Amino acid sequence: MADIIKQATRDSYGIALCELGAEIENMYVLDADLAGATKTGTFKKQFPERHINCGIAEQNMMGIAAGLATTGSLVFASSFAVFAAGRVYEQIRNSICYPNLNVKIGATHGGISVGEDGASHQMNEDFALMRALPNMTVICPADGAEAIKATKAAAKMYGPCYLRYGRLAIPVMFDDCDFQIGKGNVLRDGKDVTIIACGLMVERALAAADLLAAEGINARVINMATIKPIDRELVIESAKATGAIVTAEEHSIIGGLGGAVAEVVSETVPVPVLRVGVEDKFGKSGPATELLDMFGLNAENIVAKAKAAIALKK
Amino acid sequence: MQQKELLELKINACKVRRSILTGTFSAKCGHPGGSLSCTDALTYLYFKEMNIDPAQPEWEDRDRFVLSKGHCAPGLYGVLARRGFFPEEEITTLRKTGSRLQGHPCRNVAPGVDMSTGSLGQGVSVATGMALGAKLQGKNWKTYSILGDGEISEGQVWEAVMFASAKGLTNMTVIVDNNNLQIDGTIEEVNSPYPIDEKFAAFGWNVINVADGNDMAQLDEAFQKAHACTDKPNAIIMKTLKGKGVSYMENKAAWHGKAPNQEEYDQGMAELDAELARLEAEYAAL
Repeated sequence: MADIIKQATRDSYGIALCELGAEIENMYVLDADLAGATKTGTFKKQFPERHINCGIAEQNMMGIAAGLATTGSLVFASSFAVFAAGRVYEQIRNSICYPNLNVKIGATHGGISVGEDGASHQMNEDFALMRALPNMTVICPADGAEAIKATKAAAKMYGPCYLRYGRLAIPVMFDDCDFQIGKGNVLRDGKDVTIIACGLMVERALAAADLLAAEGINARVINMATIKPIDRELVIESAKATGAIVTAEEHSIIGGLGGAVAEVVSETVPVPVLRVGVEDKFGKSGPATELLDMFGLNAENIVAKAKAAIALKK
Repeated sequence: MQQKELLELKINACKVRRSILTGTFSAKCGHPGGSLSCTDALTYLYFKEMNIDPAQPEWEDRDRFVLSKGHCAPGLYGVLARRGFFPEEEITTLRKTGSRLQGHPCRNVAPGVDMSTGSLGQGVSVATGMALGAKLQGKNWKTYSILGDGEISEGQVWEAVMFASAKGLTNMTVIVDNNNLQIDGTIEEVNSPYPIDEKFAAFGWNVINVADGNDMAQLDEAFQKAHACTDKPNAIIMKTLKGKGVSYMENKAAWHGKAPNQEEYDQGMAELDAELARLEAEYAAL
């Protein structure tokens, strides 16, 4: 077996920005004094005149992004997810989404896998906030390879887009993935239950499917990198084909991927939908992998929820 | 400035004031007070200062304007209609279903509106981003923004002000409409931002104080001073009268966000008509 290469999706963001910068002349990258951590520093090194450090002033950064976008530029505005979606929610709403400007929000350090920095920096509510905004697209790639493709796809589409990246290095699994905004990828087929995951939970969903298979349960596994617009067709087809769904995300169980899937299912093919996510709590300090287990963001919990979902089938 | 040009600007400002009254009366709501206080500055910008073309509202090399105090949309719409961006008859659709004239300016529907605003403190950041865009792209067009004096309580304003100076955005001018009143009272009573001029100066801006921002000649002088400054962003701090031109609205916080009733509308229009007749007679006598 080949060595597993690990990469944080934030690193992919930095790599993709450099590749895009070489291709797109009127592209600017904005940062709020976190270029090293958000990995936009690589872009800064290559295109110093097109990297704008806005200082520790995220609200203004979003306004600057909006103003630059009105001049026909493509703008990536970066910060940690807790600031990029939380602190500046209303700037994104009124100055970017309402006027429908071509601003991409590169939010790194999403979820509790931020680790030791603790709850103040662990953003588990960003999908819910961003998903509710008209004109907004929301993407959370599953690994380093998909993160590069997702960043490039976001650059090619017009309009506001929220991209969530992680701090933790995770296995690169999807080198060959066909990433399209709004399309989920079926990674493994099964007839008993569908596990719909995004971000680092995709790897765990696949591990859960292995555990379930050992018990004779065949799980379909979907990587749903685009949380909005959600791939309705695939969700509906999966609900029909497997009759039970489990969602898995590094996000609150309120309003994120689980919410998006449940909304589609309840209005079309009402089958049980159980959610794996952070259960309406703040995070804690600790190593990322320990926290993921502590908050139930692991294969074992997905397995338990999958069995419970199957038990709820009529 | 020639007397003729000055009078033309005053006549246009008076007509814009009429449209503010007509729009808010027709909508039965809206914000006449602050619209009237910045009417002269808006008129000066759109009829004298800015390089724009009403036939091409999205002309790439136009100067940009952001009404950071977005609730004063009736003033902006009045001046845009007067300047020919859309028919003046449309003013009576203000705030109504299906209208391009939303309660707060929307760039995606109203011709000539460069940015959607309404949430205080955000417009000036966007104007700063526009100015940065012009600078980075080597363009000569300029960016202007009008801020409310109550609005500058928003911290985002000062983030933008710090940024503009730090990035050397000499291609932008903000105008603070210092009418001294906000919804809950005088700005000192609520959360005094004074001294406004010293704050902008401390952030590295070229500050131009205007004793009477409802006096077109003083505004002209201020903009000439702004043109003369080439190494800093410009802040024009103008003392104005909220409700200017309509006697019962003048200097009354109550007229921040309230429309005139029929009787009040008739009285206000009569006052403005009289002022217009006076200005036109003066113009004819030149």
